[in-house]
Amino acid sequence: MGLLSTGALVSGCNGSQSALNPYGAPAIHLENLIIGIVALSAMIWLLVMVMLVLALRRGRGAETEGRTSEGRLTMTVSAAVAVTVAIIAGMTIASFFTTRSIGVPQSAAVTITVRAQQWWWQVIYAGSDGTPTFQTANEIHIPVGQDIRLQLESADVVHSFWVPSLAGKQDLVPGRSNDLLLRAEKPGIYRGQCAEFCGLQHSHMAVMVVAEAPSDYARWITSQRADAMMPADPDAASGQAAFLAKPCAACHTVRGTQATGTTGPDLTHIGSRQTIAAGLLETTRGSLAAWIADPQTLKPGNNMPMVPLTSIELQNISAYMESLK
Amino acid sequence: MRAVADREGVRDTGMEAVELDRRLAATWSTPPGLWGALSTVDHKIIGRRYIVTAFVFLALGGVLALLMRLQLAQPEARFVGPDRYNQIFTMHGSNMMFLFAVPVMQAMAIYLVPLMVGTRNIAFPRLNAFSYWMYLAGGLLLWIAFAVDTGPDVGWFAYVPLSGPQYAAGKRADIWAQMITFTEVSALAIAVEIVVTVFKQRAPGMSLDRIPLFVWSMLVTSFLVILAMPAIMIASTSLILDRLVGTHFFNPAEGGDVLLWQHLFWFFGHPEVYIIFLPAVGMVSSIVATFTQRPVFGYLAMVMALIATGVLAFGLWVHHMFVAGLPRLGESFFTASSMAIAVPAGLQIFCWLATIWAGRPIFKTPFLFVIGFIVVFVIGGLTGVMVASVPFDTQVHDTYFVVAHFHYVLVGGAVFPLLGAVYYWFPKLTGRMMSETLGRWSFGLIFSGFNLTFFPMHILGLQGMPRRIYTYQPEMPWSGLNMFISLSGIVLAAGFLLFFIDAIRSARSGPVAPANPWGASTLEWATSSPPPSYNFARLPVIERLEPLSDRSDPLGIVEGLYTDRRELLITGVVEARAQARESSVGSSIWPLLAALATSAMLIWSIFTPWAVVWGSIPIAVALIGWFWPKGDPEDET
Amino acid sequence: MKHDVVLDVTELPAHGLGTASLSWWGTLAFMLIEGTGFVLSIVIYLYLMSVAPRWPLDTAPPDLLAGTTLTVVLLVSLIPNVFVTRWARSQDLRKVRMGLIVMSLVGVLPLILRVFEFPAMHIKWDQNAYGSIVWVMLGLHTTHILTDLGETVVLTSLMFTRHGDNARRFGDVADNAMYWNFVVLTWLPMYVCLYWVPRL
Ligand code: HEA
Ligand code: HEA
Ligand code: HEC
Ligand code: CUA
Ligand SMILES: [Cu+2]
Repeated sequence: MGLLSTGALVSGCNGSQSALNPYGAPAIHLENLIIGIVALSAMIWLLVMVMLVLALRRGRGAETEGRTSEGRLTMTVSAAVAVTVAIIAGMTIASFFTTRSIGVPQSAAVTITVRAQQWWWQVIYAGSDGTPTFQTANEIHIPVGQDIRLQLESADVVHSFWVPSLAGKQDLVPGRSNDLLLRAEKPGIYRGQCAEFCGLQHSHMAVMVVAEAPSDYARWITSQRADAMMPADPDAASGQAAFLAKPCAACHTVRGTQATGTTGPDLTHIGSRQTIAAGLLETTRGSLAAWIADPQTLKPGNNMPMVPLTSIELQNISAYMESLK
Repeated sequence: MRAVADREGVRDTGMEAVELDRRLAATWSTPPGLWGALSTVDHKIIGRRYIVTAFVFLALGGVLALLMRLQLAQPEARFVGPDRYNQIFTMHGSNMMFLFAVPVMQAMAIYLVPLMVGTRNIAFPRLNAFSYWMYLAGGLLLWIAFAVDTGPDVGWFAYVPLSGPQYAAGKRADIWAQMITFTEVSALAIAVEIVVTVFKQRAPGMSLDRIPLFVWSMLVTSFLVILAMPAIMIASTSLILDRLVGTHFFNPAEGGDVLLWQHLFWFFGHPEVYIIFLPAVGMVSSIVATFTQRPVFGYLAMVMALIATGVLAFGLWVHHMFVAGLPRLGESFFTASSMAIAVPAGLQIFCWLATIWAGRPIFKTPFLFVIGFIVVFVIGGLTGVMVASVPFDTQVHDTYFVVAHFHYVLVGGAVFPLLGAVYYWFPKLTGRMMSETLGRWSFGLIFSGFNLTFFPMHILGLQGMPRRIYTYQPEMPWSGLNMFISLSGIVLAAGFLLFFIDAIRSARSGPVAPANPWGASTLEWATSSPPPSYNFARLPVIERLEPLSDRSDPLGIVEGLYTDRRELLITGVVEARAQARESSVGSSIWPLLAALATSAMLIWSIFTPWAVVWGSIPIAVALIGWFWPKGDPEDET
Repeated sequence: MKHDVVLDVTELPAHGLGTASLSWWGTLAFMLIEGTGFVLSIVIYLYLMSVAPRWPLDTAPPDLLAGTTLTVVLLVSLIPNVFVTRWARSQDLRKVRMGLIVMSLVGVLPLILRVFEFPAMHIKWDQNAYGSIVWVMLGLHTTHILTDLGETVVLTSLMFTRHGDNARRFGDVADNAMYWNFVVLTWLPMYVCLYWVPRL
C-alpha cells in the first residue's frame, strides 16, 4: 500500500487540480500544514502500532515473565495522554496561524464577483473609474503575483468554489456573500471544480483560473470589455441572424447585439474561452455544435434546453460562436 | 421444599428449580404463532428482530455502495445516470446511518443491557415493540420509495435550498424528512428504555462502579440520543413545513437562513457519529476483557472518557461547516474542541493497550476484529484530527479525503467492533457458535479489502476529487485509483458475504453453545444460551465488578418474587439497593396498532397538513387501547 | 448450581412509588426530550432574530392580552395541580376524581385563549420567517397542552372505573400532574421570548 500511495502522489503532480500541487501562496501554506500534520500523524500511528504489537506478543509469552504493575501502567497511560494533549495543542496553534496567513487582506488588488448557478459560474469583473463592468463564465483570468479577492455568491443553491492548486475552498451560500483570497505565483491554467453537492450536474461544474503575466492580463481585460465583433465570415453572419431569431437570445447575452438574456452564460467572447459548459468540452467549432445540438445528452439535466435547429443553422451558429473571440 | 402461596399468588421462595422454570416459563413466554410474534414484548425477541433487520439494511446499503463503485470505476461511465446516482448515494448514506448503524447499536443494547444488568425485561416493553414497528415502517418507506424512483436525492444531510420547495420538486425530499421522523421516534424510544432500565432495574448490588462498560457506553449513548435527536426532528419538520405549507425557515428572501439548516443538522449530526461509535467502544471493552482474561485497565478512566466524549460531542458541530463562511475566530474554537476529542479517544486506546499488555490474549475471531479496530480506527481518528483543522479542511472538505475519514471511523471504528460483537455474542443470541475458520477468513478479507478500498480515497481527495460526483472526466488523474478501489470493494464485499453465510449457517446448524463459552465474566453469561424468556430463574445479587470472574464464589440470588405474574426488581440509582418488586407488562397487540396508526399519519402528512388532524384520532384510540388496564395480574399492586 | 440466597424481597412493596417507579423516570426522560425541543425552538427564534435586519420582521410586536392571560391561567392551574399530586400520593380516590375533573376543565381554558393568541401575532406562518417560527412555537406548545389534556381526560374516566383504585393509577395521576407542571413551566420562557423579546 505504501508503494501504491507514493506512486499516486507522484502522478498527482501532473494534474492541474490537486492540493499537493500548489502554485499559489494560500495553497502553498496549506500544503505545508498538510504535510506537517500528516507526517506527525503517521508517526503517532506507527507508535501506537508498535505498542499494540508489543502488547500482543508480550501477553502471548510465558506466564513467568512477570506482570507489569498497575502503577506502572497508570504512569505510562497518563504520560501518553499528556503527550496527546501537547500534540493537539501544537496542531491547534499551527492551524490558527495558517488560517491567518490565508485570510483575505484588505489590500487585495482586484475584486472579482463569482455567482454560482446550477451548474456554471458567472464571473463579474466590476469596472472601476468609468470603465464598464463585464461578465464572463466558467473562466477567471487573474494577474500572477497579486492578491485577488473573490466575492462569492450564489444564485440558487449552495455551491463551493475550489481551485486546489491555488487556494482552499469556500462555499457560495444563497443570501450571503463570502470572500476568498486567490493568488497565483506562476502563469498557468488551474482547474477547479464545485465541491458542494448542488444537484444533477454537480459533477460537471468546473472552473478554469487562467493566471497570466500582468501585461497579458491587461490585454485580456481590454478585449473582454469590448463588445462582440461583428462576424466577417458569411456563415457566421447567418449564424448570428439565426442565433438572434431563435430562443438562444432569450437566455444568452452577446454584447453589441439584441441578445440580452441572463439565464445562461454571457457569450460575448465565448470563442476565446478554453472550455464550454463549465469545463465539459474544449472550445472548438465541433464541440460547440455538439453542445448546441444536444446539451441534454452531454450534460443531462442542465438548464439549457435542446433548441431544434436545421443542420445548416447549427453549422452557422457554431461558426458564429467560435468567431466570438 | 414447599412453594409459598399467599393471597395474590405463588412466590419463588424455596421452590425447586424445575418447578420454578416451569412456572416462570408459563408466565413469561411469548405465545407461539403469528399472534405471538406480532404482540411479543420480550426484549430478546425484539432485539434479535432489530439486529437482523439492521443487517439486512447493511447488506442493501452495501449493494448500493457496489453500484456506486461500479459507476465510478471508469471515467464518464454510463451505468447509472446522475439522477439515479444521486438517489443511490443519498440512499446509501441515509440507509447506513439511520437504518443500519444507529439501530443496530441500539438493538444490541435492547438484547444485551437487560441481561447484563440482571433483570427480566427492558423497561417499557411495549414501547420497545412499538419502536421496532416504527423502525421497520420507516425503512420500508424509504426503500419502497427508492424502488419506485422516488428515493431521496439530496444527500444524507439534505442541505437546503437544494432540498427545499424550490429546487426539489416531487416527494423525494419529503420521503427523506419523514424517514427521519420514523427512525428518530424509534431511537428516542429505545434511549428512554435504556436509561430507565440502567437507572432502575440493575441487579441489587450493582452500584454505579459495578456497571459493565458496555452498559455505561449505552447509557451515555442514550443521553446523546435524547439530547441530539430533537434537533433533527425539528429540522426535518421545519423542512416539511417549508415544503408543504409555505413557511420560510430556510428561505433567505423572507428572513429565513440557509445556514440555520446546517447548524441544526450538524448539532444533531455530530453527536450522531458518537451515537454510533460509543456503543462500539463498549463492545470493544467487553471483548478485550474476555479475550485478555483480565478486567479492562482503568475502569474509572474509561467511564470518564465515555462521559467526556458525550459532553464534548455537543460542542463540535461547526467543524462540518468550516467553509460555509462563518467567522474565522469562532471556527478556531471548534478546531480546538474537535481536537480535544482526541484526548478521551486516546485515553481509551491506551487503556485497551494496557489491558492487552497486562493480559493473556486469546486470538479468537472477536478479538481479531478488535485488533483490526485499533489499527483502522486510529487512522480514522487521526484523519479526523486533520480535518478538524480549519485550514487543512479547506482543502479536503467535501472530497474523498473526508469519505475516507468517515469510512475509517464508521466501518473501522464501529462496524469492526460490531462484527466482533456478533461473533462474541452469537452463542448468547442463538444458542450456537459461529465458525472460527470462516470467521478468520471473513476477518482477513474484510480487513484487507477495507484498507485497499478506502485508503486510496485519501489520496484521491488530496488530488482534488470531490465527493458526490456521479462521474469524472478522463483527463483527470483519478481513473487508475478509482478502478483499484472498485476492485478492492469486491474483496470487501466477499468478506461481508462470508460473514453473512457464516451467520446464517451457524444460526441453523452451528455447534450448540454452553452458557458461557468464552469464560466471560459479565452477567449475560450467567444464564443459558439463549436465555429463557424470563432471563434469570433467580435474579442475581452483585458483589463485584465482574460477577462471574471467580468460579469458586457463586452468585448470590434474590428470593421472594411472584412466579405467576411478570415480576422484576426496582433498585436505587446509585447503590442499586432493592426498592420494590415491580410487574412488567405482558404481550400486547396495541403497540403494533399504534405504530400502524402513526405510520399512516406520518406518510399521509407528506401530502396534506390535515393528515395531522385526522390521523391523530386513530393514534389516540390506539394509545388508549395500549394503556387501558385489562385486569392482568401485572396490573395489581 | 448451588445458590446462596442473599436477599429476600418478600416484604418489598409490589409497586414502586415516586422515584422508585419506572413511569416516573420515563416521564422525566420524555420531558427531557421535549424540553430540548422547546429550547431549540427558542434558539431558532433568537437565531432568526440575529440574522434579521429588524425584528419582528415586517410587523408589530404581538398584542399582550391573550398571551398574558393565558400565562396567568396556566400559573393558576398549578394550584389545583399541586393538590391533585398530593391527593394522588395519599391515594385518596374521591379527591383525586374531583381534582382530575377540575384539571380537565382547567386544561380547556388555555386552548380557548390560544385561539386568540395566533391572531395577536399579526402575522401568518407563510408571510416570513418570523411568522413561521412564531406559529411553530405556539403550535408546539399547543400540542403539549392538547396531549396532556387528552391524557387527563382519559385518566379521569379511568378513575371512575373498577381499575381506578390502584396504586399504579395513583402513580399515573401523579406523573400526569408532573407533566402538566412541565407544560406550564416551559411556557414561561416561550412567553418571554414571544412577547417581550420583540419589544426589546
Ligand atoms: C463513528 C463515527 C465517527 C467518529 C468516531 C469520528 C471521529 C472524529 N471525527 Fe469525524 N466524521 C464522521 C464520523 C465519525 N467521526 C462522519 C460520518 C463524517 C462526515 C459526515 C459527512 O460529511 O457526510 C465526519 C466528518 C468529520 C469532520 C468534517 C469534515 C468535513 O466535512 O470537512 C470533522 C472535522 O473536524 C471530523 C472530525 C473528527 C474528529 C476530530 C474525531 C475524533 O473523535 C477522533 C478521535 C480519535 C483519535 C484522534 C484516534 C485515537 C487517539 C490517539 C491514538 C491518541 C493520539 C492522538 C493524537 C495526539 C492526535 N469528522
Ligand atoms: C455505517 C455506515 C457506512 C458503511 C458501513 C458504508 C460502507 C461502504 N461505503 Fe459508504 N457512506 C456512508 C456510510 C457508510 N458506508 C455515508 C454516511 C456516506 C455519505 C453519503 C452522502 O454523501 O450523502 C457514504 C458514502 C460513500 C461513498 C461516496 C459516494 C459519493 O460521495 O459519491 C462511497 C464511494 O465509494 C462509499 C462506499 C462504501 C463502500 C464500498 C462500503 C462497503 O464497506 C460496503 C461493504 C458491504 C457490502 C458490499 C455488502 C455485502 C453484502 C452482500 C453482498 C451480501 C448480500 C447478502 C445477503 C442479503 C445475505 N460510501
Ligand atoms: C432556457 C435557456 C437557454 C436557451 C434557450 C439556450 N441556452 Fe445556451 N445555455 C443555457 C444555460 C443555463 C447554459 C449553462 C449550462 C451549463 O453549463 O450547465 C448554457 C450554455 C451555453 C453555452 C456554453 C457557454 C459557456 O460559457 O460554457 C453555449 C455556447 C450556449 N449555451 C449556446 C446556446 C445557443 C446557441 C442556443 C440556441 C440555439 C442556446 N444556448 C439556447 C441556457 C440556454
Ligand atoms: Cu455546484 Cu456542486
Ligand atoms: Cu463531526
